[in-house]
Amino acid sequence: MPENKISVNGLDLYYSEFHALKNVNIDIAPNEITAFIGPSGCGKSTLLKSLNRMNDLVEGCRITGAVTLDGVDIYKDMEITYLRKNVGMVFQKPNPFPMSIYDNIAYGPRTHGIRRKSDLDDIVEESLKKASIWNEVSDRLKRSALGLSGGQQQRLCIARALAVKPEVILMDEPTSALDPISTMKIEELCCEIKDSYTIVIVTHNMQQATRISDKTAFFLHGEIVEFDETEKLFSTPSDKRTEDYITGRFG
Amino acid sequence: MTTADSISERKSDSSDFFHKPPSGRTQRFIEKGAEIVFLLCALISIAAVVIICVYIFAGGIPAIAEIGLFDFLGGQRWKPYNEPAEYGIFPMILGSLYVTGGAVAVGVPVGLLTAIFMARFCPAPLYKVLKPMINLLAGIPSIVYGLFGMIVIVPIVRNLAGGDGNCIFTAALLLGMMILPTIIGLSETAIRSVPESYYEGAVALGATHERAVGTVVFPAAKSGILAGVILGIGRAIGETMAVIMVAGNQARMPKGLFAGVRTLTANIVTEMGDAGGLHYDALVATAVVLFGFILILNLCFSVLTNKKPKEGKSK
Ligand SMILES: Nc1ncnc2c1ncn2[C@@H]1O[C@H](COP(=O)(O)OP(=O)(O)OP(=O)(O)O)[C@@H](O)[C@H]1O
Ligand SMILES: [Mg+2]
Repeated sequence: MPENKISVNGLDLYYSEFHALKNVNIDIAPNEITAFIGPSGCGKSTLLKSLNRMNDLVEGCRITGAVTLDGVDIYKDMEITYLRKNVGMVFQKPNPFPMSIYDNIAYGPRTHGIRRKSDLDDIVEESLKKASIWNEVSDRLKRSALGLSGGQQQRLCIARALAVKPEVILMDEPTSALDPISTMKIEELCCEIKDSYTIVIVTHNMQQATRISDKTAFFLHGEIVEFDETEKLFSTPSDKRTEDYITGRFG
Repeated sequence: MTTADSISERKSDSSDFFHKPPSGRTQRFIEKGAEIVFLLCALISIAAVVIICVYIFAGGIPAIAEIGLFDFLGGQRWKPYNEPAEYGIFPMILGSLYVTGGAVAVGVPVGLLTAIFMARFCPAPLYKVLKPMINLLAGIPSIVYGLFGMIVIVPIVRNLAGGDGNCIFTAALLLGMMILPTIIGLSETAIRSVPESYYEGAVALGATHERAVGTVVFPAAKSGILAGVILGIGRAIGETMAVIMVAGNQARMPKGLFAGVRTLTANIVTEMGDAGGLHYDALVATAVVLFGFILILNLCFSVLTNKKPKEGKSK
């Protein structure tokens, strides 16, 4: 088994004529949290979305280069539904489906063919527990998920992603719409589950990156400027631009 | 008002940089005038509804009282020319319900599938053709539909099912076509207004496009879709011309899918010309019943469209 969970090799991505990612190379190690930081519009979300091919939904989006999951090229040699089952995603804005809490969590497993009620019950409970929201919702699983608070909705979405038993979880600014307490809960939850998952998280919050991530990649204008151990990147950055950005002197 | 005044005064007093606004009084006058014009226009439609209600009910209720509510609504014989005359509109109520039900059975499945296709599957070039065609379908006058029914559908049904082809089945088929644009239009809008994040959430879990659309997007649009269906039903139940031309128009209890039938609307139009006295009033009373159906449908419609996005009720 290759050492890296995901490898991105020479990835270029274009939105029609716009060159959004330029020769990106990055290796994402298993069972670690990797953070993407950088100014707005530098391509963090774009790279994240190319890891589970959500960019396929964007009209006019073209890529060259390769992204591999466990050594298999996800654009050439992998069924897209299989890819997305294994590489889950949590979005910036919580997006629970307008159905019950139970059905939200069961949606993924049902999609992948699990029908038995008892199996689904188990998965729902297990996923909600992992996302540390079980205690808050166990007595109202049949109620609409839209009635939850923003922070609860986001943890529900994490639980929904966990329910298909992915190996990698991509999170695009998962706490940017949340209050500090909900943010803390989600950060704790990331740290709790990272032993069994590989997590890639985009964040604008540099404290968050230092708090939870093992490695950090700094993006600028569609390129990865620096990618290193989080501690190293924030204490002794090797690139001037990284230093400017993390010290807030970015112009 | 006072703040607006003081702002405009302050501007004109203290600064020459601003263009001098029209004096507060003129502006207020224009605003007030516009408000009144808008109000009047709004009042016209309210007045129209009220006047229609009053006249129809004033004309119809006494007749219902004279015939007797039960004999009128439940009576199975409509024999206005007999001695003594009988005014039971139950056959026409059933006629309207059967024809409309049939139209729903035809129009709703086709309409919904078309709407889903147009909102989520249709390639752009095809959409450019399809959309105007469906709009055109909505604009065709009902007499033209009626002619089409007479010339094309009736003979086909006659050949396939026997009888003379003027029947519930034909009327339902034709009405089903006529309500398609309403159902397609509203459903497509409802499906398109479902937040894209629902769709993305579903595909991100590994759902195929078809599954995401079918199990997340479509159900999320259901209240808008239901509203479209109800509006379609309203159109079907109120349709007159086309139905008269293909339904057979016999004022008797419906005898089956391939037998002729008369609807409430057809009853009014057919006999209004030579009716007098109680007969005339009984026809107006038929309109009252029709009106009742439409009121109920509109009530359903507004309940559905005003419904706020479902919140989990915290006990
Ligand atoms: N669907 C799209 N079509 C065209 N251009 C796009 C699209 N999505 C993103 N872009 C462009 O690609 C660049 C990178 O966008 P991306 O969303 O990856 O930035 P980001 O780093 O995530 O920014 P933010 O921190 O604001 O979320 C931006 O310049 C953006 O304008
Ligand atoms: Mg982004």
